[in-house]
Amino acid sequence: MVPETAGMTRLHLAIFAVLLAFLIILPFFVYPVFAMKVMCFALFAAAFNLLLGFGGLLSFGHAAYFGGASYVAAHAAKVWGLTPELAVLCGTAAAAFLGLVIGSLAIRRQGIYFAMVTLAFAQMVYFLALQLPFTGGEDGLQSVPRGDLFGVFSLQDSIPLYFFVLTITFSGILFLYRIVHSPFGQVLKAIRENEPRAISLGYDVNRYKLMVFVLSATFAGLAGAVKSQVFQLASLTDVHWAMSGEVVLMTLLGGMGTIFGPLAGAAIVVTMQNYLATFGAWVTVIQGVIFVLGVLLFRKGLIGVLAQWLKRPL
Amino acid sequence: MFELLGIPPQVLLGQLLLGLINGSFYAVLSLGLAVIFGLLNIINFAHGALYMMGAFVAWMLLNYFGIGYWWALILAPVIVGGFGIVLERTILSRLYKLDHLYGLLLTFGLALIIQGLFRNYYGISGLPYQIPAELAGGYNLGFMYLPNYRAWVVIASAAVCFGAWFLIEKTRLGAYLRAATENPTLVGAFGINVPLMVMLTYGAGVALAGFAGVLAAPIYSVNPNMGADLIIVVFAVVVIGGMGSILGAILTGYVLGLVEGLARVFFPEGSAVVIFVIMAIVLLVKPEGLFGRAN
Repeated sequence: MVPETAGMTRLHLAIFAVLLAFLIILPFFVYPVFAMKVMCFALFAAAFNLLLGFGGLLSFGHAAYFGGASYVAAHAAKVWGLTPELAVLCGTAAAAFLGLVIGSLAIRRQGIYFAMVTLAFAQMVYFLALQLPFTGGEDGLQSVPRGDLFGVFSLQDSIPLYFFVLTITFSGILFLYRIVHSPFGQVLKAIRENEPRAISLGYDVNRYKLMVFVLSATFAGLAGAVKSQVFQLASLTDVHWAMSGEVVLMTLLGGMGTIFGPLAGAAIVVTMQNYLATFGAWVTVIQGVIFVLGVLLFRKGLIGVLAQWLKRPL
Repeated sequence: MFELLGIPPQVLLGQLLLGLINGSFYAVLSLGLAVIFGLLNIINFAHGALYMMGAFVAWMLLNYFGIGYWWALILAPVIVGGFGIVLERTILSRLYKLDHLYGLLLTFGLALIIQGLFRNYYGISGLPYQIPAELAGGYNLGFMYLPNYRAWVVIASAAVCFGAWFLIEKTRLGAYLRAATENPTLVGAFGINVPLMVMLTYGAGVALAGFAGVLAAPIYSVNPNMGADLIIVVFAVVVIGGMGSILGAILTGYVLGLVEGLARVFFPEGSAVVIFVIMAIVLLVKPEGLFGRAN
């Protein structure tokens, strides 16, 4: 691993700047709703990567926070009539709370059990989404109004909505980047590399694990809450275990533990789903094949391989 | 007729029987997971997909080759087990030196492929599979009606669980297996072919899933998604029981099936989540699982 220097940070910031410029002009060239979907999933994957890539914890139930927040945000906008930013805030807060409850139980087990515990609790959230009175059962929550930002700016049109989504997701991703490079992030990496050593140095490892779990759940929730406003919908797809698998796939494909890998992975997976939608179940098969090949052949992921080639952390 | 808390005994016993049947599937599947995990250190996410495959193989044998239930009960586990051995030799064996989490990711990918392929060719509506003629009908026990096939499922799965337990805990082969679980290098040094044992263990664990699939075929409709949701519940069962003990995995499976049945009587809204709630409680009280060893 190449040590991080001020030059690296400048490189990362330059890439972020180029990415931002690209995203600002993007909606004028591609279908904005598609671009917004990619951005939501990019934030989701980045949040997941904080936990897996930097915390070393494989959660197989991140759909719970993504989908749970999407339900709460949709409910807040539709039934309580809240403005979009407040609805998103409600969804995110719900995901943070859910992350705190599930996380404090899940960190009591390690490794493979941790993955199974998170998956099982996510399935419980799925059943709740299916059965609770306010979730609309099989139909989910449909035709959620887009509302007016701060009660003033209408988000009916795609372009204003696009910039609302861009602002939130991009800030979220920058914030996650900041967390990774903070002292807190350094402790996380120490725990990931050598947990007994971190304990002997006096770090309360479980507290750090819980904190990173809650942070990851919160930002996954932010992504899900924003997605519900874009698609005006919260559905069982968002809380299903397949969604948890998808975010793992995005991160694995792009490169876990890299900054830009999850973003690239999200863009590739969403694009693939978009173009292959007519092939039905083949999408699942292709995703499975990518999983298998990814684990067998390129565990570093696309961006990880690129970073190794350029000898720079990306 | 006596009533318990206002619940007629027919309802209570009916749900308990249903719970016992679900528990049979939990037990057989978590037994397979535990055996595989013990030797391969892999949580076999494809277990649900292979269970589904067992049911489909039985259906195919009947509809394409005219081979009935009883032969399918032997042939389908052999076919699924053989498929598992091919997977182990070609793919899984490349992972043993890596972090266990890669095994989970890889078998998840395999599950997606298997489920996707079946969904592609057979849709998701589900295919019917007749109860074999010998087991049609049922007995009236006086207090409840017992369908023969359901009784058979409970007996067959209990027999298989007992057989597996006996093989692992009481025979020489099982002793090798347990020794290899503790220390594969040392067992290999004594001249035992550990890679062969690993291969056969995976095959046998997967064959158990296939067997459960054949048992399930006449009860549930045969459809590509039948294993996916089940395997998540079985994961919770495995977390509750801990994977250290074969007997523990079996007992936890049956008991949780019964608890689920009870929940369906007394608190139907919560029956889908009761196992997950129990998992939360176990994590709070005894995080390593009821039969697990602390590490």
